[in-house]
Amino acid sequence: MMTGFNRKFFQWSFITAIFAWLYLPIVLLVVNSFNDSKYGHEWKGFTWKWYEKLFENEALVQAFLNSLLIAGLAATVATIIGTLMALAIHRYRFPLKGTASGMLFVVMMSPDIVLAITFLVVFIALGIQLGFWSLLIAHITFCLPFVVITVYAQLKGFDKHLLEAAQDLGASESRIFRLIILPLVFPAIIAGWLLSFTLSLDDVIISSFVTGPSFEILPIRVFSMVKVGVSPEVNVLATLLLIISLLLVTLSTLLLRRKY
Amino acid sequence: MIKPLFTFRYSVIALTLFWLGLFVLVPHVLVLIVSVLSPDPQHLVVWPLTLDSWARLFDPLYLEVFWYSLWLSGLTTLICLLLGYPFAWVLAQLPAWWRGVLLFLMIVPFWTNSLIRTYAIKLSLGNKGVVNSLLVGLGITDEPVELLYTPFAVVFGLVYVLLPFMVLPLVASFDKLDKHLLEAARDLGAGWWQRFRHVVLPLTMPGVIAGCLIVFLPAMGMFYVSDLLGGAKNLLLGNIIRNQFMVVHDWPFGAALSVALIMLMAMLLWLYFAANRRINRQGGLDDDGI
Repeated sequence: MMTGFNRKFFQWSFITAIFAWLYLPIVLLVVNSFNDSKYGHEWKGFTWKWYEKLFENEALVQAFLNSLLIAGLAATVATIIGTLMALAIHRYRFPLKGTASGMLFVVMMSPDIVLAITFLVVFIALGIQLGFWSLLIAHITFCLPFVVITVYAQLKGFDKHLLEAAQDLGASESRIFRLIILPLVFPAIIAGWLLSFTLSLDDVIISSFVTGPSFEILPIRVFSMVKVGVSPEVNVLATLLLIISLLLVTLSTLLLRRKY
Repeated sequence: MIKPLFTFRYSVIALTLFWLGLFVLVPHVLVLIVSVLSPDPQHLVVWPLTLDSWARLFDPLYLEVFWYSLWLSGLTTLICLLLGYPFAWVLAQLPAWWRGVLLFLMIVPFWTNSLIRTYAIKLSLGNKGVVNSLLVGLGITDEPVELLYTPFAVVFGLVYVLLPFMVLPLVASFDKLDKHLLEAARDLGAGWWQRFRHVVLPLTMPGVIAGCLIVFLPAMGMFYVSDLLGGAKNLLLGNIIRNQFMVVHDWPFGAALSVALIMLMAMLLWLYFAANRRINRQGGLDDDGI
């Protein structure tokens, strides 16, 4: 029988080992983004030169900006549509409602590769050229279910009598939405936006199917860079993306905590 | 009174149905249709309807590749479970504050681009990477071991990228676990293994299945992980599907593969809901006797 102390020690060693394993490769990337040695096998002194090189690489910077643009737009549109969808599913009765919820569930559960195929096929069938619009529509769609469940959870939580009172006093649906529902679910809306933004920025698989030569985004560019070998610019990109993600995650955690 | 058609309510409903119909339902139906059409180099797909692509799923040549990629994804899922389960269990016993902090730390790398994390693993596993430095430094091996471009590297990378997906549902199911049941089992004289086997495991089974589901399904599709870490031989189902669409231009076969993947997903989901129902019906515990 293990003593309490031994068991505690064992548990914490296990947790520490897992976290060391999770963080070590990322920390090495960040450290190497400042390392004068190209291959990063040893520390050759602090440098900003890879950051300079990154910003000189116009195609890469453009791809980075394109990714941020898609993520920002997709998150915004997905948040608007997703909030309205959550409202429809929570508040209204309509035909095919079960099918609609089912579709959201399918998007959430399907492996990215399957979604990627379905998007590719529908864009070709509709004659939508692969590029900006196809990327935007695909990103909006795969972000939607995450906005819907975040907002829906918040909608379920609040007092129905408020809405009934407003209705009895003659407020129209759009007025109820604007003046009561929107302010009450606002934290969830922000959280949904941030989640969508990071999901969009993180996507590789779907983007690689629905992108075209006219509009290049980061994952595709990075993929071709790291496939051939080591590139210190990727370390810099990783560091920048990590900072962006950390800011967003912290922000969303703070926002969601406020309601408790 | 007849309500006008362009009210707020109807617009919202119309938008919901329009978007999900056009970009989710129709595309899935289209993929199903494509899978029974004939491939054509110029027009992607042409008539007539044929089940050739479906028949090719059972071609021994492809079956071998499928089984291998399923095996890689399955092994990834198993290792995630073996690491994630004890991790979630330990987490569940910690005070709420610590649990929150550790879960947050678990999620942070999950928000870094997974392609970049895969690249990080590629660097770590290289001949002069951290892993080999450790192996040589600790005297376990004399010279660097060839780790990259092996099945080991693919599974290592997949586990690295997907572990948080396993931990989150497990933590949620441990949260729901009623600690009094464990005390009751202890008071009734159940030993460590008996408590685990008959109380903890059945009650956390929905978390186990959910975790396995959201690790296994993406693990089959992550073609970039096997591309970067596995080389040309260690293919995932995602690589095969991608090749059909992007390289060989055999859309019907690629579509048939995707539909097969969807069917597999449906089967696993059904299993999940069945397990959940079983737990709810029995009020929690398995009744096959101790």
